[in-house]
Amino acid sequence: MKTAFTTVAIAAGVALAACGSSDQKNFDKSTEYGPNPTLPEPTRGLLPNMEIPKVIGWQGETPTVPQGFRIEALATGLSNPRNVYPLPNGDLLVIESKKEAKEPIERPKRPVMAWVESKAHGGGGGGPSNRILLLRGEAGAKPAAPSVLIDHLNAPFGVALVGDALYVADTDAILRFPFKAGDTQVGGAPVKVVDLPAGPINHHWTKSLTASPDGSKLYVGVGSNSNAMERGLDEEMNRAAIWQVDPSTGAFKVFASGLRNPNGLTFYPGSDVLWAVVNERDELGPNLVPDYLTSVKPGAFYGWPFSYWGQHQDPRVRPQQPERVKAAIPPDYGLSSHVAPLGLAFYTGKSFPPQFGGGAFIGEHGSWNRPELNGYKVVFIRFENGRPVGTPMDFVTGFLKDGQARGRPVGVAVDPAGALIVADDVGNTVWRVTANTATP
Amino acid sequence: MTDVYPHRQRGVATATAPIYLLLFPIPVVCFVGALATDLAYSASAYLMWLHFSEWLIATGLAFGALAALALLIEFLASPAIRRGRLGWAHLVLFYGALVVELLNALVHTIDGWTAVVPTGMTLSIVGAILAVAAAGTLLRVPVTWVARRELMP
Repeated sequence: MKTAFTTVAIAAGVALAACGSSDQKNFDKSTEYGPNPTLPEPTRGLLPNMEIPKVIGWQGETPTVPQGFRIEALATGLSNPRNVYPLPNGDLLVIESKKEAKEPIERPKRPVMAWVESKAHGGGGGGPSNRILLLRGEAGAKPAAPSVLIDHLNAPFGVALVGDALYVADTDAILRFPFKAGDTQVGGAPVKVVDLPAGPINHHWTKSLTASPDGSKLYVGVGSNSNAMERGLDEEMNRAAIWQVDPSTGAFKVFASGLRNPNGLTFYPGSDVLWAVVNERDELGPNLVPDYLTSVKPGAFYGWPFSYWGQHQDPRVRPQQPERVKAAIPPDYGLSSHVAPLGLAFYTGKSFPPQFGGGAFIGEHGSWNRPELNGYKVVFIRFENGRPVGTPMDFVTGFLKDGQARGRPVGVAVDPAGALIVADDVGNTVWRVTANTATP
Repeated sequence: MTDVYPHRQRGVATATAPIYLLLFPIPVVCFVGALATDLAYSASAYLMWLHFSEWLIATGLAFGALAALALLIEFLASPAIRRGRLGWAHLVLFYGALVVELLNALVHTIDGWTAVVPTGMTLSIVGAILAVAAAGTLLRVPVTWVARRELMP
């Protein structure tokens, strides 16, 4: 019997040894940004860190913006608005989106995690979702009530207008609708351009979309089907990648890979350089792995799932592939861990002060895998010579209040009048930030 | 067969003993099975085996929790069990196995290799040994006789 006690004690000791180290407590939060963020040793206790804010909604209040700016709701009472797309004539498309297909339960952990994630999302409007709304309005003025432009989509996210074609990235396909700026209705049924990887497992489902500056190619982000390949390599075929698609033929090739969940695909203004924000992996500790903003080099491999931030091997992935890890390149700019960047927009307007010109606004949906909540805000990163510099500046905040979530920012965009538009899928609101100096 | 525990009280224990004997083997089989699938995973890195381990441990814990409750009632109701060292050994070994496997279930939620190697498999070995040892003591613990006596008046 004594032996039994000893064995239990040893076993408990072994298990507890896996718990968090002092490394995490002494972590210097100022070193988690930029091109060379601090990467502590991976750790995980018996449970991953889990901290989810309770969703309370805005209750008539608004987010906070820096002095010299003002914020107002363009549309409220929406149903999971996840992305916004300003048209050149001042109209605005709002993409409401919900993943409706259920994932197969291949392990007991899945239903628990699904429940945790649904708690962080609140009720989510309740109305019909998976549609694109049109908000008409002269740029700068308050738009009219939204009308439904396209209904019955399948978890749409990315949108790109090229001439008189509106491309919509549903979770399972890119569709082309006849539509041009100024239209109030699409001109007919869509044509499918290409199928995208979706079910039966469809873990990272938001398909971010953009067109090359000349409109000849589409770029679509296809997120991974798992956190760290725990569903096997077969489920990751052509995932964790950005695809280049020929819109006329539907032919595609993988443009860059090893990007766990790439979103916010955007070409840097006046260049041929594609940028994206990427959600890195969870459950390696509260301060690992930094999510990032990066220019996307053609053909490059960014490590997922075998390694992170260049060539740091993930101990969970088997079989390891040292040859591929050797080829992995680090991204450009760390945003700190678990912020969940889902939106990226470069400032191309004129109405904000000059230091904003060419800089990046990033919508950070917010963390679950960290004791101190991270993200839940829109940050701004200054650019010089087409490269990010300095540390991120909090631009739109107040999504959290006393540890409770009033909203969560997702897609961001700059409208023709130079205002910043923010989709808030938990507050079910679209926000517009304008500079006070700008006269409407 | 003679009644080796003539002083055993009637009552609650009479009802829980057969239930306990019905439930107890399920966690034992599950925990031994999880050790086997952990070994298979560590030898192959084939994720199906990791998932098997997770379900086996979870199932073992679900039925193990019910069995633990039945055993607790049996212990409270039956002085015969409390009197012998084997009864206590059985309780400690079985509850120990459940505690170890609870930790093991959490370790097995890690996404991949380190869910098993080395910590998860270590816990699976310890948990399986404790569960089998508990089963060994059960062969000679009064609770067994309770059930038999009910069948043979």
